Amino acid sequence: MTANPVVRLLISLLVVIGFIAFNAAFLVWVERKGAGHIQRRIGPKEVGPYGLLQTVVDGVKLMSKQLFVPDHVDPILFRVAPLLILIPAVMSFVTIPFSDVLVARKIDLGLLMVFAFASVNVLGLLIGGWGSGNKYAVISAARAVSQNVAYEIPMLVTTITIVMITGTLNMNEIVAQQAGGFWNWNILPLGKNFLLAAIMPISFLIFFICSLAETNRAPFDMAEAESELIAGAYTEYPGMGFGVFFMGEYANIIVGCALATILFLGGWQCPFGLFPGVHWFLIKLYLLIFTVVWIRWTYPRTTIYGLLNLSWKVLIPFSLSILLLTAAILKVL
Amino acid sequence: MSNYWSDVLGGTKSLAVGLGITIKAFFQPVVTMQYPREYVKMTPRFRGHIDLVKNEETGGPKCIVCGMCQKACPSGCITLAGKKPEGSKKKVLTEYTLDFTKCSLCGLCVESCKPGAIDFSKEFNLAGPSREAYVFDLIKRLKERS
Ligand code: SF4
Ligand code: SF4
Repeated sequence: MTANPVVRLLISLLVVIGFIAFNAAFLVWVERKGAGHIQRRIGPKEVGPYGLLQTVVDGVKLMSKQLFVPDHVDPILFRVAPLLILIPAVMSFVTIPFSDVLVARKIDLGLLMVFAFASVNVLGLLIGGWGSGNKYAVISAARAVSQNVAYEIPMLVTTITIVMITGTLNMNEIVAQQAGGFWNWNILPLGKNFLLAAIMPISFLIFFICSLAETNRAPFDMAEAESELIAGAYTEYPGMGFGVFFMGEYANIIVGCALATILFLGGWQCPFGLFPGVHWFLIKLYLLIFTVVWIRWTYPRTTIYGLLNLSWKVLIPFSLSILLLTAAILKVL
Repeated sequence: MSNYWSDVLGGTKSLAVGLGITIKAFFQPVVTMQYPREYVKMTPRFRGHIDLVKNEETGGPKCIVCGMCQKACPSGCITLAGKKPEGSKKKVLTEYTLDFTKCSLCGLCVESCKPGAIDFSKEFNLAGPSREAYVFDLIKRLKERS
């Protein structure tokens, strides 16, 4: 690991982009298969074995479409918006540790950086909606902003709880502290502190719900609402412009699930403390991602009131009380 | 306040129940039919468009060209013709066309046919490029079937 830092950065960037592109394609397939099986049908099966090539073909179709920019849009904002969704997601991967050594940059403030980039995401949505110069897109972009603001608070508060317990913002450090078996993981730290173990599962639940809402996933996908608003904020986007938005969305799902894995599920640590490694990270990551898909095809979309109520009335009070309780537990015991 | 807690707890519980239902469905076998590759078997009472019935002895249609079906049809879908071959007393069916675009599948033609020479087919997969594709030559169809 003594290579020239620029070379190292370029290589890791390429790997990350490849990982995201592959995952976006693969997750679209997982999503459609999951939807199919939950509805007791097969889902894609025609193109390639088990329909595995379906998303590749869809991608080619999207790329072959004309990149049409309507007359009434703001030409610069309209073009920049999809990138503003995708690039922060790509950048977040720089600090996410896949294993002890498999991390592009071990940054002491890694967690802070991920959240800083995650908040650019909402800017992309807002600009996309605003730049489209279309009432419906603006409405759904505004909804997305209120949603993101509402859910960023409990998410950050639960993250602060974790930071208080671990005493660091370095994600490698956070995972290293959860070594030794699932009883040491932050979701149920029986090995560390019994009182904390009582409240951390709720914390994890809050974090997970917030990361769903942050990535505009069902049941919180009012911004998109393809059945009512015709893809809401992305209404005016054709072909690959829309495709990039979607890739950004899937990249954000991966970031969210990776964070949940790192903060609560012990990252690359084995549940029994045996052979830690990147495979454990991926297993946990994809289990969480499957849960995201599973949730999407279980719940109907909430209303904007339901969504804001859930955040302001339930998640924020709960996360704040957990924060206070944790502080008390850590201080007193 | 008690309302709030019952909302939170009840909501969480019902969400978990929902997840349970869908995960069960996820592992249950697929119930849809893979349509272009698989077909449903139609029930005996299914009414498709009419088709001529084969006379098992001669191999030709059972029809005696009485014209009752043509008269019975309220929509005038049926056109038929027959002629007497040399030295024969019975007419032989030479033309039987059904204009399926007008047929209401009422079944009056089938009912009025004394010899039971027409019957409903089990055909339901009838997509076609033009209206003309629905004017069926039933004699031809009968030949194709045998
Ligand atoms: S089913 Fe009714 S409408 Fe159709 S051909 Fe027979 S008599 Fe005519
Ligand atoms: S009623 Fe029956 S037998 Fe008479 S012409 Fe019609 S199909 Fe033939």
